[in-house]
Amino acid sequence: MRELALHILDIAENSISAGSSKIRIAVIEDLISDTLKITIEDNGKGMDPKTVANITDPFITSRTTRKVGLGIPFFKATAEACEGSFCIESEIGMGTKVSASFKHSHIDRMPLGDLASTLLSLIIGTPEVHWFFDYQINEHGFVFDDEPIKQILEGIPLSEPSVMKYIREVLEEGIKNVRQQALAKVETGK
Amino acid sequence: MSTIKSLDDLKKIREEALKKQQIKESSGKTEVIVGMGTVGIAAGARETLKAILETIEKENLSDIIVRQTGNIGLDSYEPIVQVAVSGKDKVSYGKVNPEMAQRIIKEHVVEGEIISEYQIKG
Repeated sequence: MRELALHILDIAENSISAGSSKIRIAVIEDLISDTLKITIEDNGKGMDPKTVANITDPFITSRTTRKVGLGIPFFKATAEACEGSFCIESEIGMGTKVSASFKHSHIDRMPLGDLASTLLSLIIGTPEVHWFFDYQINEHGFVFDDEPIKQILEGIPLSEPSVMKYIREVLEEGIKNVRQQALAKVETGK
Repeated sequence: MSTIKSLDDLKKIREEALKKQQIKESSGKTEVIVGMGTVGIAAGARETLKAILETIEKENLSDIIVRQTGNIGLDSYEPIVQVAVSGKDKVSYGKVNPEMAQRIIKEHVVEGEIISEYQIKG
């Protein structure tokens, strides 16, 4: 995978498969400490300690259609190749939290990529999940919560073209604004 | 500062969508499902799904439910798109790139013409 946003999509798919009703994705860029941290947290069925211990092994998977699971080991290797770290915490019946951090300026760190498309795919494709997204660069932030949107819509599907356009634009503008604010700050000095 | 979309904008969108719904009154919903397992994502499923959403938005197509699902179990055919027109059998398409996805929406979902050359057989 060529983008961190694709890894985020992949890990979030695990959360969906675990029956989560609420999933939170956080992407925190800190240019002062030179780190990029990604967290995906869900309230799904969780895993027992043995499964958690084995989860980064590519030959362990809960899937039955194929025997090899590559998503998590792949993400872990990506983080560790960038002087970063990887952590997975889980509890049966409580949920799972996956975090990966990267050295922001590391030459092997793949770009974040198309975050807005990843989020739009998740939000439109799994409307039964309550999605929460937090994006920060230094002190600038954008928070997206799809619950207020769903409350207003009351039964109008998210895949209705005008609704989809609205959500897409909220995400794209929110992400763009954070980047512009952070960039403006850097350019004007502190 | 650019204008931030407000929830009031969304309320207007809802009113209009409701009017449209009343005029049409359920012509039956079509479901479009994209496989989003690790293999699917690595093979480009997000771009395929994006093309589907863009086509729906651009052509202003209502009453299409877009869903994503985990691994469908046919890795070598990823990205996989399935179309389920209400009352008819589900059709599975394999190795669907964005251009093919656009054609599937326009020809199968809108016109009702199955594109057999893209279909996964067997």
